[in-house]
Amino acid sequence: MVSGKGGTGKTTVAAALALNLARGGRKVLLLEVEGRQGIAQIFDTAPLPYQESKVAVADGGGVVYALPVDAEAAMLEYLEMFYGIKRGGYALRRLGAIDFATTIAPGLRDVLLTGKASEAVKRGEKVGRPDYDAVVLDAPPTGRITKFLNVNTEIAGLAKVGPIRSQADSVMGVIRSARTAVHLVTLLEEMPVQETLDGVAELRAAGLPLGTIIINQSRHSELGPDELAAAAARTLPEAEMTAGLTAAGIRATAATIRALEDEAADHAARVALQDSERVRLEASGQPILELPLLPGGMDLAGLYTLSESLAEQGLSA
Amino acid sequence: MSAPRLDIDALLDDRSVGVIVCCGSGGVGKTTTAAAIGLRAANRGRSVCVLTIDPARRLAQSMGLTELDNTPRPVPGIEGDGSLSAMMLDMKRTFDEIVEAHSDAERAQAILDNPFYQALSSSFAGTQEYMAMEKLGQLRVESSQGPRWDLIVVDTPPSRSALDFLDAPKRLGSFLDGRLIRVLTAPARAGGRMSARVFSASIGLFTSALNKVIGAQVLRDLQTFVTSFDALFGGFRERAEQTYAQLQAPDTRFLVVAAPESDALREASYFVQRLEAEQMPLAGLVLNRVQEVRLPGLSASTARAGAERLNGEHVLVAELLRMHADRMETAQRQAHLAGSFTGAHPRVPVASVIALADDVHDLDGLRLVGDLLARS
Repeated sequence: MVSGKGGTGKTTVAAALALNLARGGRKVLLLEVEGRQGIAQIFDTAPLPYQESKVAVADGGGVVYALPVDAEAAMLEYLEMFYGIKRGGYALRRLGAIDFATTIAPGLRDVLLTGKASEAVKRGEKVGRPDYDAVVLDAPPTGRITKFLNVNTEIAGLAKVGPIRSQADSVMGVIRSARTAVHLVTLLEEMPVQETLDGVAELRAAGLPLGTIIINQSRHSELGPDELAAAAARTLPEAEMTAGLTAAGIRATAATIRALEDEAADHAARVALQDSERVRLEASGQPILELPLLPGGMDLAGLYTLSESLAEQGLSA
Repeated sequence: MSAPRLDIDALLDDRSVGVIVCCGSGGVGKTTTAAAIGLRAANRGRSVCVLTIDPARRLAQSMGLTELDNTPRPVPGIEGDGSLSAMMLDMKRTFDEIVEAHSDAERAQAILDNPFYQALSSSFAGTQEYMAMEKLGQLRVESSQGPRWDLIVVDTPPSRSALDFLDAPKRLGSFLDGRLIRVLTAPARAGGRMSARVFSASIGLFTSALNKVIGAQVLRDLQTFVTSFDALFGGFRERAEQTYAQLQAPDTRFLVVAAPESDALREASYFVQRLEAEQMPLAGLVLNRVQEVRLPGLSASTARAGAERLNGEHVLVAELLRMHADRMETAQRQAHLAGSFTGAHPRVPVASVIALADDVHDLDGLRLVGDLLARS
């Protein structure tokens, strides 16, 4: 499960994780549940149908399949699978009953969405050959993740017994097991970090299996602590800057030196903010890993770079 | 192609503008933009109310919003004759207040206690958007009754898609006033639309399916909810349409907020098209977190080649040059994305705000953002 505040790149990280898990010939399913075709955009393909389709090939022949889970379609599938209601399902849809069930019946929508993930995890297990080696879910944002995963509690207000309840229990069995990990994607900025820390506390309180905090778009610094301090204080050695620029074949005018000093000061401020936010994350006691900011922006090549970075840092579940 | 410049101060000084709605996809700085605009307008002499949805804790505190009480609170420290109030939306409370205002105490309580109402008012996708609009309507009425505010700045909920804000009321309205609800409440009424046979077949199928899937107790709760809610609003769709129509009022302006990333600009583009189609007046695009270029004369390739030439000597300068090259590449990519947006929407004015090293969490920070917006 990959969650994160809006704008932190959780879909990108989920896709990179799926690619990483598929390395060496494995088969991975990447699910999205927010109906915005984010996976198709990342893999640069046409909008995906409600059908598991191949979207990428990983290093060593692995394959990533993707499925945009749609609550309505999942509901119809569920009715057909468990109750043999097929054509009736469409009549129900015309009445607005499916829309109703998947939008306002408390928790039902989430049971359907998480239920699809749990079904994919279990598929083929009984015959000893699971369909997928791993399932990655691009989950709702951090602010809603606990509610989303805690389907049991959410559904309790609605149904104390009955088929929905047993479905919720079965889904919960998978979510709470050691096979599941909830990773939280964040940026090293105040708001996303706060939301991540709140998410960690909520997930812990609900007894849900927390995974790794994944810092995205981290700015790497080659400058040492002394140089950063000098950059912040605007006391970088001017004579050395003049000499260096001249050696680089760039005219060392006062304006150029001033501008580079300003840029270095911006950079130092950014690094200081990153460091203080990282300390806050570390205090949570969760494992942390960092993905670099890609100056060229996010594209398909960048996705493979991030997947490589995840592999190097050993995130394989 | 360069975009026309968005003159924020002219917009804020225009007394015929009474409402500014800030829209955009999640994580682009909408709340900060709305707060900065509100503060700037107040400092320019207007009486402003800022309606925020989900501000960062420290930003909220800096505006005196320590609790979520659904009422505008004055923000101290405004220069001159203007004033600033700010409030955080409590969507459930706003919904509860509508229920309480439209029915007697006993019936209101029955609705408030119903599990379906509780789900609808706290987690239905779109309720937050709809309640933001309801609250805007209430603030508008209040400001027309007395000299409280002459400008309301609205931040919109942090949805994935900026369009959610416009679609939610219709969705909620058509749902609550939809065929299912009418079937459950007054079968005779809905019968007119379908043949009797199809109708009773559907109903039988529907109740038996619901019974199977969710159980009889749930079905009873549902019918109670639907009956009392229907009596309460009569035509909820009509109410939703009125709420929506206020966004077409001549004193309203939209600001679309985006970051210079392809996702955010794609959303902004959809939104601009939609506003045009709905004849809702767009003031312009605010482009947040733009990479500042401090040395435009030194290109990325020259800087990178210079760093290479140093060949392990002058490591500090080599690193400064590489950082500059990264910056220039980021700026070029952003300029390219912004250029594509302007190519598609050449008449939309744009104001850019450079990326700040620090998060904004006090009035000084908001003032700085306001200055940057106006200077752009």
